[in-house]
Amino acid sequence: MIVLKDICKTYEVGGETVRALDNANMHIYQGEFVGIIGPSGSGKSTLMNIVGCLDLPTSGQYILDGQPIENYSEKELTHVRNKKIGFIFQSFNLIPKLTAEENVELPLIYQRVPRHERQERVEAALNRVGLWQRRQHRPTELSGGQQQRVAIARALVTQPSLFLADEPTGNLDSKTSDEITDIFHELHSQGNTIVLITHDNDVAAQAARRIRIRDGHVTEVEE
Amino acid sequence: MIGQSAKMAVKAVWGNKLRSFLTMLGIIIGVFALVVLVSLVNGATDYVTDTISSLGGSYLSVSISDDKGDPLTLDDINALMDEEEIGLTAPLASLSVTGKAGYENGTVYVYGTTPAYQGINNLEIEYGSFLRQTDVENNNYVVVINQTMADELFGTNDCLGESLTLNGTKFTVIGILADDDNSMTSTLTSGMMVAYVPYTTARRMSSSISSSISSFYITSGDSATADEANDRLTEILLARFNQDEDAFTISDNSMIEEAMGSVTNMLETLLGGIAAISLIVGGIGIMNIMLVSVTERTKEIGIRKAIGAGRGVILTQFLIEALIISLIGCALGLALSWVTLKIVSALMDAVTFSITPTIASLSVAFCLAIGLLFGLYPANKAANKPPIEALRYEG
Repeated sequence: MIVLKDICKTYEVGGETVRALDNANMHIYQGEFVGIIGPSGSGKSTLMNIVGCLDLPTSGQYILDGQPIENYSEKELTHVRNKKIGFIFQSFNLIPKLTAEENVELPLIYQRVPRHERQERVEAALNRVGLWQRRQHRPTELSGGQQQRVAIARALVTQPSLFLADEPTGNLDSKTSDEITDIFHELHSQGNTIVLITHDNDVAAQAARRIRIRDGHVTEVEE
Repeated sequence: MIGQSAKMAVKAVWGNKLRSFLTMLGIIIGVFALVVLVSLVNGATDYVTDTISSLGGSYLSVSISDDKGDPLTLDDINALMDEEEIGLTAPLASLSVTGKAGYENGTVYVYGTTPAYQGINNLEIEYGSFLRQTDVENNNYVVVINQTMADELFGTNDCLGESLTLNGTKFTVIGILADDDNSMTSTLTSGMMVAYVPYTTARRMSSSISSSISSFYITSGDSATADEANDRLTEILLARFNQDEDAFTISDNSMIEEAMGSVTNMLETLLGGIAAISLIVGGIGIMNIMLVSVTERTKEIGIRKAIGAGRGVILTQFLIEALIISLIGCALGLALSWVTLKIVSALMDAVTFSITPTIASLSVAFCLAIGLLFGLYPANKAANKPPIEALRYEG
């Protein structure tokens, strides 16, 4: 499902070359729940950007769903993000001016899904995270946990191949964190592929399989 | 998709009401200045043009240079009045003579014409009457004089029935013209002694005036324009003079109107240009606020791009936002201009100012261009933001 082969990513910072990812290799299979653990500065975010098709690697090969995407144009990457990847961010990243419902609807609008179908799918997604009652609320009128559930609804409404969660519980207390992890378990049990990126070993422990990243190197964590 | 982009753009404009309005204000003032200034010049031009033509100016003067041995007679001239497109016709022959009454004398400009001339030139009579048809038919020695002449020869305006001599021939005064500030003829001849005599009588006063008429005036018929009268007359004269276009000339007094027109056109362009500059300033205001908006919403752009908004969608959204601001500004500017012009028109009862479709569509087109032009750069900037950098942005 996801194959990273010798992925390198370098940045130029103040004339110095920073090697954020150094020959990273990784396989993630269909239906897996993988936790990627790494302290800050380990190249975690870079990995997430590349897996999430937000950025392209400097060298190496990235195959998502059987498609090599390292040479994709910006337009093609946008399309892949829209169709195949459901993002869940630490800071929720909902659009403050839009209601919960409108936030969830947004990716479907970009997919040009007809209005009628959009409404059905938005309703299904919000029901799934238990927030259909609060569809008219704006993000600021919702609690952190509720906001993150809206973000999950926005990710699952497109029925993506991959859920990519970047510290999804980083801004939440432990009780709501558990609620969110429960939703991930549920999604996993329904056959979805989930990649959870975190610096927290306890959170990563939820995942069936763990991958550690340190100084740009990726290693499998043995049980 | 455009519908969705438009919806988002409307939300963004509406979400920042005060800021949107202040940005629009630049456009509103620009459109207002453009429309009001141009409309004022237009209205003033119409007023002046109307005034000029009401000075009894809307006649055509005709001069025959080559009569091909078949000269126009007085009867021919009168017969022209039967044409639908033609109103009044009158010949005019002029000569300068010595006028004398009692011991007073001086140079008098004598015009030989027919009764219709009064109507053509809107001459107003103070005492008595203008020349009559019988005076022309009977070669009567009667004269209609202007105020200056009455004053100089008789020392009074009221000299009806008095006698005077023109080059020694005795005439009876049958009418005295009024001094009329609104009459061009009266204004142009003020200070000079002017006398009107029957055309037939004038013929006897000078060998240079013959029964063949070489110069006459016409006006257009009630339901015809000057151009139609001109066309019809040209047709008739061409038929008469073997299709020779050089045999006669028809000229109208539109020269003054043309000169006036070119002055006001220049004024209109000048003021319009100044107003257009203020519109451009308004456009820069839009660009400025759109750039602020793009920076402010960097995060939002990042989110939209992460969940699948392409370049085109973001570009369209911001462009529509700029267009909404400029077009609503334009509409408000037009409304404000309309109200202002109504008020000004009501205050000045002689002149009516109104927004012409030309200036309205011109300002809409201008605003559209400004919205596009000054919206494109910020919109493009938004569309080109790399998603990871935009997501990382904490505004």
